[in-house]
Amino acid sequence: MKVDRRSFLGLGLGAVAGVAVSPIGIKLTDDSSIWSQNWPWTPVPVDGEVTYESSVCSLCPGSCGLSVRKIDDRPVKIEGLAGHPVNGGGACLHGISGLQYLYDPARVKTPLKKNGDKFEEISWDDAIALVAGKLADIRKSGSPEKLACIADKEQGSVSGLFQRLLKTFGSPNFYTMPSLESYLELTAEVLHGEGMTIGFDLENSDFVLSFGAGIIEGWGSPVNCFKANASRKERHAKLYQIESRLSNTAANADKWIPIKPGTEADLALGLCAVILENKLFNSMAVANFRGGLNKLAAALQKNYSPSKTAEITGVKVSDIEKMATLFAKAKMPVAVFGKGRGDGAQSLKELAAVHTLNCLVGNINKKGGAFVQLKSDYLEFPDESMDSIADAGFAKNKTGRYVSQLIEKVNESSKPVVEALFVYNANPCYSLHDAKSVKQAVGKVPFVVSFSSFLDETAKEADIILPSHTFLERLEDVPSGAGLAKTVVGLTKPVSQPVFNTKNPGDAVILIAKALEGSIAQSFEWESYDECLESVAGGIWDSLSEDGYAIISEGIPSGFVAVNVSYLADNPATIQAQGDDELILIPIDNMRLINAGIAASPFAIKTVSDNVLKGSDSVVEINPLTARGLKDRGYATLTTPIGKARVMINLNEGMMPGVIGMVKGLGHTLNTKHMSNKYVSNKGINVNDLIGPVIESGSGLDAAFGIKVKIFKA
Amino acid sequence: MKQNNNKAHKFGMVIDLDKCTGCGSCMVSCMSENNVPFKEDESNKKDSITWMRVYKLTNGKSFPDTEIAYLPRPCQHCGGKGDHGHSPCVSVCPAVATDYGYDTGIVSQIYTRCFGCRYCMGACPYHARYFNWWDPKWPEGMENYLSPDVSPRMRGVVEKCSFCYHRYQAAKDTAYYEGRDDIEEHEYQTACATACPAGAIVFGDLNNPAHQVHQIVKPDPHPDPRNKHIVGKSRNPKVFRLLERLGTNPKVYYLSEREWVRKQGDNYLDGEWDKIKNYHGASSHD
Repeated sequence: MKVDRRSFLGLGLGAVAGVAVSPIGIKLTDDSSIWSQNWPWTPVPVDGEVTYESSVCSLCPGSCGLSVRKIDDRPVKIEGLAGHPVNGGGACLHGISGLQYLYDPARVKTPLKKNGDKFEEISWDDAIALVAGKLADIRKSGSPEKLACIADKEQGSVSGLFQRLLKTFGSPNFYTMPSLESYLELTAEVLHGEGMTIGFDLENSDFVLSFGAGIIEGWGSPVNCFKANASRKERHAKLYQIESRLSNTAANADKWIPIKPGTEADLALGLCAVILENKLFNSMAVANFRGGLNKLAAALQKNYSPSKTAEITGVKVSDIEKMATLFAKAKMPVAVFGKGRGDGAQSLKELAAVHTLNCLVGNINKKGGAFVQLKSDYLEFPDESMDSIADAGFAKNKTGRYVSQLIEKVNESSKPVVEALFVYNANPCYSLHDAKSVKQAVGKVPFVVSFSSFLDETAKEADIILPSHTFLERLEDVPSGAGLAKTVVGLTKPVSQPVFNTKNPGDAVILIAKALEGSIAQSFEWESYDECLESVAGGIWDSLSEDGYAIISEGIPSGFVAVNVSYLADNPATIQAQGDDELILIPIDNMRLINAGIAASPFAIKTVSDNVLKGSDSVVEINPLTARGLKDRGYATLTTPIGKARVMINLNEGMMPGVIGMVKGLGHTLNTKHMSNKYVSNKGINVNDLIGPVIESGSGLDAAFGIKVKIFKA
Repeated sequence: MKQNNNKAHKFGMVIDLDKCTGCGSCMVSCMSENNVPFKEDESNKKDSITWMRVYKLTNGKSFPDTEIAYLPRPCQHCGGKGDHGHSPCVSVCPAVATDYGYDTGIVSQIYTRCFGCRYCMGACPYHARYFNWWDPKWPEGMENYLSPDVSPRMRGVVEKCSFCYHRYQAAKDTAYYEGRDDIEEHEYQTACATACPAGAIVFGDLNNPAHQVHQIVKPDPHPDPRNKHIVGKSRNPKVFRLLERLGTNPKVYYLSEREWVRKQGDNYLDGEWDKIKNYHGASSHD
């Protein structure tokens, strides 16, 4: 057969028509898509019996009740626990993401020992023996005070065990990271006396005057605050927010009063001056003031007249007078302090000045006011047995009053001030100002033991990591603090078997103590942490184990509270930002991120706006007036006296001109050679790499509210 | 199966934008409940799968008169023109992978039927639908938290909010087991509504006058005389729906005291808003 042009084309066209008409193409496409959709790596979750277990979250000081849904032994969903006295149903995004922490393959799976620049796995027995051996050497050398410990908080039995270990070892050097609770105690100490703390009755107050407290930004006990804020409309309560930036709290408030960053203390004193001058104070309350009320009043009249205050703070005279009058005349006013989440740097002047407003209008221990009461001490540890080394060492002075001073001392000194450092539930190399110098200080300590569940920035500097159970795998008492009007101790319960070879940090401490023998071991005569908790929780154990919580105090505290204003009467200076440039960089608290030790979960990071994080770039907020030629979504370089960073620009009318805002909680560096944590690591910049500490004279607190900054187009 | 003689349900939601704090709990609760995956970079919001997404609204004014509000946006579960079940997405799906439930008012999505043409995504005026450009991948061990109630989706299919339909099924099962005809309001609540720490999200049956959502929305029983395609318009002057004039009849309503927030529910020509802002359907003067 001859193939000519005609038959070739005919055959070709016929074939094309045939294929087009036949269903084979569609069939094959369909088959291939079905086949590829059924690739076995799409997981099929196993079904089983559904149960619910209740527990308490300890990711932040909020201490919310949680309900965990399980399929057989497998927790699959976390929700808020209805009826819990702290959160009463509802949960924040971090608590709900808890399972992403539990199952995270980037967790520290077994004890690790640093060898050169990499970690090697070791057994628990070896790790405990190593730590105990090192500590025994330090003790033998005669300076037990050179063992230091940095923990997240003072309250609770696990922290109690760390403190007990240090004391019986012979060291006074126990430090906590700054937290709202620590600031509340300090404020109470300065104004009312030692051993007290402050709570705010936000859910009953009819006028909340917030000095930058991010009531819906994660301040205090977040879910509790969200609820108090949401009920404001029904209660006809007002919220005035004083802040340099239109935060969510400011946006939700009845009035937003923009203020020059760092002048909140001045405004509070200006309001005090108006209240004193116009006799708006509660005379019964003021009659009990000690420490020179007349001296304070005179100083305020001189330095904080409305016009002077307006000049310092940028708030209008009329607003100052109106605010003072509204506050003083409200039935149940409360002034709230602690900028942002209240766990960043704060100045004592500001804390004391704001709380003096509460004292002046006489709302202390009144409904809707500020509750001042003794710190709850619900744990009953037996007396320690102290040998002579312990007595001598423990009697020595602490190396620094606060953790930032400890870091400073370590960095300054050529000889090791600290021989061994324990870090528990804290990540100072990330969350303290000038993180790089903190890392340098931790690097100078010859022996660092981390109790972290994750290979965070501080754990990476450690010589030994004794990994802790996450809060979903362990038993622990979780006291609420954080400015709640009531004191509730919750019980965190293991809702899952340990996923990895980790321990309850309480058990790790007990094992170390036992390995140290002698009087130290005698002070830790429990078989396990669980047994220890049951015995030290004594009176409240029954209600803890039956109800999951114990209410220590509720309602309005009774009793007389003394007020001493001598600190403010001495007219302490207001903190100034470091540097000489015109613009100022301030950190922003964002509910969807975490600025304490751990990184936000992959779920939480996913919810973060692209106006906060874009790819691996941090986005900074700047008013278009200040931006001068910088374009929205364009790049710029920030330069502060501490560091330099390339950032993306977000032109934002909610930002005060002259101020640049950068979110906290980004810029974790958790990747290692062997383990990538790409979902949460290397995203944006850690604002603590740009802001350095500024120590407030008198209080010794790091009070840097921001830093002067230059910005150039990149 | 026992037939229940009750009127059909019409599940819906009302979100109080004055209570919403933009905290993101609803988004995460939804992701965790519905096995929504995550990937390395989620900052490209066009391919970031969020059945529930919280948008930030601003009033556009300059400092210091700027205001912010947040608007959570699940699938709006449109009833379509005249509320007859012809939702924009349902009308265009060639595979019946998405369908309107006449007994619940819920717009379903059946992943194994979907072949990824994405017509529905084009049809949806609310950007509530998401395409799986990649297979979901959980870091080693994290599959352990996946819930068996919702099947993880594969590459090449569209997914969206289901009003936690599996929770409705579970509630119905319990009711059936206990010999009851119908479920109580609190028995069926979506994951976002239960998570919201501010109590901004209220979920329930819009057809049931005893339910809170009905009491807040007060849906108009008659079609809107100005546009007969619009059904169930709220008679509460503070309540609005997104792009209501399209006649898609969403079952998600929003509540705000602030006029500038309500105005952002649609696009208006100059002067148009002033004409309609006080109009609340046939029974607005009841």
